Amino acid sequence: MKETPLSNCERRFLLRAIEEKKRLDGRQTYDYRNIKISFGTDYGCCIVELGKTRQSDLLVKLNRLLERCLRNSKCIDTESLCVVAGEKVWQIRVDLHLLNHDGNIIDAASIAAIVALCHFRRPDVSVQGDEVTLYTPEERDPVPLSIHHMPICVSFAFFQQGTYLLVDPNEREERVMDGLLVIAMNKHREICTIQSSGGIMLLKDQVLRCSKIAGVKVAEITELIQKALENDQKVRKEGGKFGFAESIANQRITAFKMEKAPVDTSDVGEKAEEIIAEAEPPSEVSVSNPVLWTPGTAQIGEGIENSWGDLEDSEKEDEDEGGSDEAIILDNVKMDTGVDISNIGSQDAPIVLSDSEEEEMIILEPDKSPKKIRTQTIGVKQEKAASKKPMKKRKKKRAVN
Amino acid sequence: MAGLDLLSDQGYRVDGRRAGELRKIQARMGVFAQADGSAYIEQGNTKALAVVYGPHEIRGSRARALPDRALVNCQYSSATFSTGERKRRPHGDRKSCEMGLQLRQTFEAAILTQLHPRSQIDIYVQVLQADGGTYAACVNAATLAVLDAGIPMRDFVCACSAGFVDGTALADLSHVEEAAGGPQLALALLPASGQIALLEMDARLHEDHLERVLEAAARAARDVHTLLDHVVRQHVCEASLLLGD
Repeated sequence: MKETPLSNCERRFLLRAIEEKKRLDGRQTYDYRNIKISFGTDYGCCIVELGKTRQSDLLVKLNRLLERCLRNSKCIDTESLCVVAGEKVWQIRVDLHLLNHDGNIIDAASIAAIVALCHFRRPDVSVQGDEVTLYTPEERDPVPLSIHHMPICVSFAFFQQGTYLLVDPNEREERVMDGLLVIAMNKHREICTIQSSGGIMLLKDQVLRCSKIAGVKVAEITELIQKALENDQKVRKEGGKFGFAESIANQRITAFKMEKAPVDTSDVGEKAEEIIAEAEPPSEVSVSNPVLWTPGTAQIGEGIENSWGDLEDSEKEDEDEGGSDEAIILDNVKMDTGVDISNIGSQDAPIVLSDSEEEEMIILEPDKSPKKIRTQTIGVKQEKAASKKPMKKRKKKRAVN
Repeated sequence: MAGLDLLSDQGYRVDGRRAGELRKIQARMGVFAQADGSAYIEQGNTKALAVVYGPHEIRGSRARALPDRALVNCQYSSATFSTGERKRRPHGDRKSCEMGLQLRQTFEAAILTQLHPRSQIDIYVQVLQADGGTYAACVNAATLAVLDAGIPMRDFVCACSAGFVDGTALADLSHVEEAAGGPQLALALLPASGQIALLEMDARLHEDHLERVLEAAARAARDVHTLLDHVVRQHVCEASLLLGD
């Protein structure tokens, strides 16, 4: 399914936010999203959630990267997988299923792969001379793979030709990024893979800086993984319930569930005050008082010059006070209006001449001319709001005399 | 592992080079008359050929045309006789796809694509003999070919590979050194500004050594630049002589 293109507004917004060191979900530049690791009932199944990552089709790149990361870095001791030299050997295969793509699938996939490998237990086998006996899990406890180290990928997204960088981009940020740098490291600070993609120009010190940041992040993530693995092992030993069903149980409806983003609203009040204080006062808006011609027909302000040409029954469109506030002389008003409509002076609130049940009904003496109000505070807005009500009830042209 | 000492005590490598020394580079531009631009490069025993067509109209679906810049299309292919054992699939396998993607990414950043909107530039690279440093040779050949085609670029794109053995950074790895399994870094650089167009590394390298290896690769890439620059100038001299200027 083709993904919807990103609008220019959104792109600009994201880039501006990044320039001001803000991210959509309130994270800092170098913060990761919450990582949740859960294990399945069988050894070797694990789910990693990094935000909410969904299905997509950058799979070739991901595949090659993970291959290089896991295979070339020799994180698994392949010699220990040999059963009979030259004849029998264990083959390990890692299948990754992407369930949800919310950005940064590379990191999530690498964590999932390495955790699954750590979690996996293979059947025990013993060799006596030429005889090879394979024990089932019931006969002998399955044996874990021997893993030398855990390479974990950390992705850096670059924006504005390398001026800004972010760790762990989410999906929106990925769409506006210029390029991506992926560094795979293990906790001993050995770099297993570096790959830059997307056509950005990097400088050497940027790469070195990223590698330092990656070192820190990898240490944190490795700790998290160790804890998760230990937890799972403990639960299994104690005979408690384990598996996917357990880990997802407490969320009943998982679709459309968003974690609350920690947004700092402590100084919102002050900021708002500042902005209001510095902002220019709203331009003067002259507000006319509503004139009620007949029950059910009211007028606020005067319309601009009718540009429809000479029409017999030209109807003056009653406009909001926001419209032309200058002196408007309506030349082509065909009605014999005994009312002199001109703009003078100021007046108070709309004059209510009768206390009818309908509060929106306002009756004015026909001879009174609507005057413009020159006050320019918030009060105007409120008045505007109030005076909008009679407008709703207005009919077309009112008979004036 | 006993056997080959990648770096001897006196500081000599397997083929007698020093740690930071490049292999002999020979290059020629304009080897094919039919193509818009072509170049051939030999880095030691690694031989690569690059051919450029363009800028021309977008072939295939018009929808792929970009309204403000040119599309760069790269294809990498290594001949079946290029490696020690005969290769089955010259192109279309995953490794070739990945190489093609990387080349494309490198050149999209270097070519001034804004000057040719709605058109396409094709770069085809063929490796005739692979003796280590194939990516670097491809990039260097492609740079020369693009220059031969007269397509404006920000700067030369010079690439070199680097490795790390016994605490020393080696530049321009040969096949033997690559196969030994140590860390290998491939770097594509724009020499004037020092910007890195592509960086790729495999195998474990401690973070502290990263700077040294990067430095070695960058220096080697600059040396390559000097050579390529010389080749281009010579070619232009010859061409202008032929034109009778």
